[in-house]
Amino acid sequence: MKHCKSLIVAGMLAASVAAAQAADISGAGASFPYPIYTKWADAYKKQTSVGLNYQSIGSGGGIKQIKAKTVTFGATDAPLKGDDLSASGLVQFPMVMGGIVPVVNVDGIKPGELVLDGPTLAKIFLGEIKTWDDAAIKKLNPGVKLPSQAIAIVHRSDGSGTTYNFAYYLAEVSADWKSKVGVNTSLQWPAGIGAKGNEGVANNVANTKGSIGYVEYAYAKQNKLSHTNMINKAGKNIAPNSETFQAAAANADWKSQPGYGVILANQPGDNSWPMTAATWILVYKQPQDAAATAEALKFFDWAYRNGGKMADELDYVPMPAGVVKAVENTWATEIKDGSGKPIFSMTN
Amino acid sequence: MSSAGRRPVTDLALSGAHFGSKVIEERGAVLRRLRRTDSLFRVATRTAAYTVLLILSGVILALMIGAWPALSTLGIDFFITQDWNPVTEKFGALAPVYGTILTSLIAMAIAVPVGILIALFLTELCPMWLRRPIGIAIELLAGIPSIIYGIWGLFVFAPFLQQTLQPFLIALFGPIPLLSSLFAGPPYGIGMLTAGLVLAIMVLPFITSVSRDVFDAVPPVLKEAAYGMGCTTWEVFSKVVLPYARVGVIGGVMLGLGRALGETMAVTFVIGNAHKISASILAPGTTISATIANEFTEAVGDIYTSSLIALGLLLFVITFVVLAIARYMLLRIERRIG
Repeated sequence: MKHCKSLIVAGMLAASVAAAQAADISGAGASFPYPIYTKWADAYKKQTSVGLNYQSIGSGGGIKQIKAKTVTFGATDAPLKGDDLSASGLVQFPMVMGGIVPVVNVDGIKPGELVLDGPTLAKIFLGEIKTWDDAAIKKLNPGVKLPSQAIAIVHRSDGSGTTYNFAYYLAEVSADWKSKVGVNTSLQWPAGIGAKGNEGVANNVANTKGSIGYVEYAYAKQNKLSHTNMINKAGKNIAPNSETFQAAAANADWKSQPGYGVILANQPGDNSWPMTAATWILVYKQPQDAAATAEALKFFDWAYRNGGKMADELDYVPMPAGVVKAVENTWATEIKDGSGKPIFSMTN
Repeated sequence: MSSAGRRPVTDLALSGAHFGSKVIEERGAVLRRLRRTDSLFRVATRTAAYTVLLILSGVILALMIGAWPALSTLGIDFFITQDWNPVTEKFGALAPVYGTILTSLIAMAIAVPVGILIALFLTELCPMWLRRPIGIAIELLAGIPSIIYGIWGLFVFAPFLQQTLQPFLIALFGPIPLLSSLFAGPPYGIGMLTAGLVLAIMVLPFITSVSRDVFDAVPPVLKEAAYGMGCTTWEVFSKVVLPYARVGVIGGVMLGLGRALGETMAVTFVIGNAHKISASILAPGTTISATIANEFTEAVGDIYTSSLIALGLLLFVITFVVLAIARYMLLRIERRIG
């Protein structure tokens, strides 16, 4: 009798697991938005019992996986170009935004105490400014006591959308960077040591005296690292926080690029943080499994509507309402099932 | 059994438990069945052995096919330049190859003498009660997953080196012309030397435990004879134990070297991952396996991915060459001993 019961229970468990798995949305890609995607997925599962299986394998991996059609959606921090999108039949839209901040480990420097501008930051990462008491840094920080310590540069060793956005900004503000290094998810770094992932850079900066690195804002906050302030395009001294990230996004012209592939680096506006970055989702225009893509779009729609507060808590920035509307319009007009019927219909 | 002494094997089988009650007429059928199971067994073992060859050639073939786009585009440049530029898609393997070989050499330079000395102490000089604890501790070192070595290396060992050994080396060799460039640069904590030191700790147990086993296998009568003639412990070790056991010791060293060449996670954490050949061993560098582990998931574009696979092929070749050299050395020693 006892055995019978436990068998039944086990059977039911197995069945429910199977059912849950069958309904899971599968996606893979960027690690930058991984914390917020999992947080959204948790809340979404509680409401709808539909789960999300998101593999945070990096933007390049996400693009490969969606092109191999092993997942329902791919996620990337480096937007695909318009011709790549149309060639592979993919639709791209931004999901959430965040900020990248330079972090330093210099004795006596507190978070936000040091100010840098774009050209100086580029020169540091080019290896041209070698010590902390260099004239260029001193000029920006008249009141700060800077040691004559060598600058140890820490960069990402793995390919990363964070690197892409950071390099994009440096290329915007420095012709030298543009011609010598360029913009990509991984680069030929002129100097410094490489560390794996945002957490690796954060740890290396924390462990190495005199170091400077760049991380997604949440990692700087969690690891209690000293971020620097930046002089933005308008010439203002800006601290990184969700307001200044939002300000950068507000000024962006999202329609200017195919697939909303706008890089938010060095945006105009008095209050714009210069290294703001968006992260994108990729789905097929004519997915093989229309039902799965419909489920995924339902989840993204829910996240646009209800995910703002959760994003705030993790220092991400939700997409502005106007962009959401345009994106959902794109879904309704471009994503279709085998018979040509739209998968997503706008509810309002 | 002696009663069955002269009877043929088939009769033995027939009188065994399985066929004991069979009449003589069924002998043919039984024999056939025996032959069938025997050939089945032969086929099974042969298949198992050939599978190894098949998998090996499959791996080589897959690596070659994967590496082809990069090798055909980049040509000889892939082997002789140290550029690693994903933006312009120019890739050269020199920096990771250099890093792989240098870190392994540093590791072996430290681990081989230390490992052999530990093994010598354990077999010749160590009091009995201490032998087991030390032996077990060495074997436990081998059991620690490499990721743990990596984390320890990054959080504990590298900051320690940055504040102690590296400034000391820079100050010590600073005034000496050639050595100053070998130990130059700001102390980052992580770098080639740190990676080599962590690797040394990782390969130590291999060299030690193999050496200890072969030292143990030296016939006591040889050692006793040497001691009887008035040899010191060092003389016994260097003139009797080591020559007798050197084949085994080389085997252990090669096992360690193989691990050092291919080690990935621990090295990735502490080497600094910079695609650069620096004169200084304190500077950050990279190895083949660390490069692949770091960059493969995010490698976009055919040439980039293919270059990483070509690196894998190169590591395969390097490991193969090292093994071949080891075999050759063993063969020569065996021949000389005769």
